[in-house]
Amino acid sequence: MAEKFGYDIPFHRQYHSYTEQSMAPQTLYDKLWAAHEVRRNEDGTSLIYIDRHLVHEVTSPQAFEGLRLAGRRPWRAGAILAVPDHNVPTTDRRAGIADPVSRLQVETLDRNCAEYGITEFTMNDPRQGIVHVIGPEEGATLPGMTVVCGDSHTSTHGALGALAFGIGTSEVEHVLATQCLVMKKSANMRVELAGRPQPGVSAKDLILAVIGEIGTAGGTGHAIEFAGEAVQALSVEGRMTLCNMAIEAGARAGMVAVDDKTIEYVRGRPYAPKGDLWERAVAAWRELHSDPGAVFDREVRLDAARIAPQVTWGTSPEMVVDVNGRVPRPEDEPDPVRRQGMERALEYMGLAGGMAIGDIRPDKVFIGSCTNARIEDLRAAAAVVRGHRVADNIRLAMVVPGSGLVKRQAEAEGLDRIFQEAGFQWREPGCSMCLAMNADRLEPGERCASTSNRNFEGRQGAGGRTHLVSPAMAAAAAVAGRFVDVREWDYRREW
Amino acid sequence: MERFVRHEGLVVPLDRANVDTDAIIPKQFLKSVQRTGFGPNLFDEWRYLDHGEPGMDPRSRRPNPDFVLNQPRYQGASILLARDNFGCGSSREHAVWALQDYGIRVVIAPSFADIFYNNCFKNGVLPIVLDAATVDRLFEEVQAQPGYRLQVDLERQRITLPSGEEIAFEIDAFRRHCLLQGLDEIGLTLQHADEIRAYEERRRREAPWLFAELS
Ligand code: SF4
Repeated sequence: MAEKFGYDIPFHRQYHSYTEQSMAPQTLYDKLWAAHEVRRNEDGTSLIYIDRHLVHEVTSPQAFEGLRLAGRRPWRAGAILAVPDHNVPTTDRRAGIADPVSRLQVETLDRNCAEYGITEFTMNDPRQGIVHVIGPEEGATLPGMTVVCGDSHTSTHGALGALAFGIGTSEVEHVLATQCLVMKKSANMRVELAGRPQPGVSAKDLILAVIGEIGTAGGTGHAIEFAGEAVQALSVEGRMTLCNMAIEAGARAGMVAVDDKTIEYVRGRPYAPKGDLWERAVAAWRELHSDPGAVFDREVRLDAARIAPQVTWGTSPEMVVDVNGRVPRPEDEPDPVRRQGMERALEYMGLAGGMAIGDIRPDKVFIGSCTNARIEDLRAAAAVVRGHRVADNIRLAMVVPGSGLVKRQAEAEGLDRIFQEAGFQWREPGCSMCLAMNADRLEPGERCASTSNRNFEGRQGAGGRTHLVSPAMAAAAAVAGRFVDVREWDYRREW
Repeated sequence: MERFVRHEGLVVPLDRANVDTDAIIPKQFLKSVQRTGFGPNLFDEWRYLDHGEPGMDPRSRRPNPDFVLNQPRYQGASILLARDNFGCGSSREHAVWALQDYGIRVVIAPSFADIFYNNCFKNGVLPIVLDAATVDRLFEEVQAQPGYRLQVDLERQRITLPSGEEIAFEIDAFRRHCLLQGLDEIGLTLQHADEIRAYEERRRREAPWLFAELS
């Protein structure tokens, strides 16, 4: 069972003196933290400088309002990138947003950005997309940065060797006004994924397996560094998937050390440094790894070679099993609070303990979200559906690219045609059915194979039932009409 | 920010682990551009039998009589007793705004999700971590004794039970100080504006690429 953490991390584990810090081997997190410490307060908190502030329409209106009421202005408007993503329609946008409440929220963002001179990719900008997809894509988020956003999946950007974490609206206002946050350092945690994953097993399966192992509170109070052979073998996009769901493991920040892949990923991006500055930046980024001998407060090791494709069966991401497994039986759970949680989840999900995962039949399939809507995700899904048709029991299968540029790239590669010929809908970029704030949602009782990150009750629509899976697994479920093991799929021959 | 010094109130037990922010305030209510008015939709999907949308009159809704907040004995509760990992999921501060708007001033649980925990302090809501055994005991007592009330004293970091027994809790010094004084954290940070500028200058020399303005 997962270990649970409260908040009482002993003082000596959070703080070393400056001298100790410079001599002792440091973790990646220690280095990022130290580089951004503006001052240290007597009470153990620090003032941390924020390099990049990402803003979206849902968590910012009250922050701008607070700023205005206090007669303040943004400290550094040039450090902010804004984009509407949660509320935007994924169908034709020329007519604007039909829902007046959603429209007001998006217009409020437009107005605030215009007023304060903040760069915004507005709804019809070709670069618009999910905030966590466009940050790295534009080179707006870079290695070594502190990155915040009023959104818990900001952890995604840690894949670049950045310290990135979600904040609440009051903190959004704090960063707007001061470019800083008052923080207490988290503990260090290392999650090692040893060995090579099998073909067909993706970053999504790895992170779901990690969450299954340590639980949704397993990383609470910690900053997680993902390391090990499997992580090194992942593309930078795969690492983003991994870090994206650090928050589902309870950690505000997830990160991966910088290597050649990171640097190649960043090279040439619109906001990435150029020329001499690029060379200087790269030299600095090469230091962004944990030193040999650095001490972690907690270490977890999983053998990636033994991880199978994962499917969640319940209403928390830790309720997850192998695709070849069975829904667990609450009777077998000794802890009463957990047993009750399982019973409630099974009732909500309309499943019985002991049922084979392979017998679960989704009604809808959603490929999208900041977890899995980058180009590689769409390629992986397209490779599975190519030449097949969506099964009869699937009422809706949709692909929502993570950004306008991902969409354009996919279209250049012909992926849109592969999806559409198979019976998938091909949509405009945004959060969409990941949280169903726009018109895309599940109806009560509907079951969805989803590449998003949360299977909470009602997340994809009131009464909707979510099974979290990888893009290839979602695609295979769409074709087979039930969950199947994508490792046994015959797509590789055809691709 | 709202001050918090002492509070005495009726306790309502929410006996589930991993209560997430989507459950605390479902996303259809996040479209508001205000900070207030979320109380009627706190725990909306559990609290009502019909589906809620923004702008509905709460009086025309069908409350779920089984949900704990709707039980007559818990009306007027201002202290929420919860289980592990309360407030997990999204960073939405709307979750705290909804609790606060409903009238909750204290949440007691064995553990909280980090961002939610932080958000509480910004809104004058006090999250208290107690060990699991003590929380278990409070659940038993609340369920056994109608009208069960607690006194919470932030200054002394003590909870007083109806029996007069006291339980100590920990809170870090800075947060306690801000809550007790109702301090504006932004104002406090701006007292260090010179240090922030000095940091920026130094960093601009070391790592100029971090200061390229977006456009
Ligand atoms: S895609 Fe989903 S998880 Fe990601 S930012 Fe949008 S709503 Fe949040």
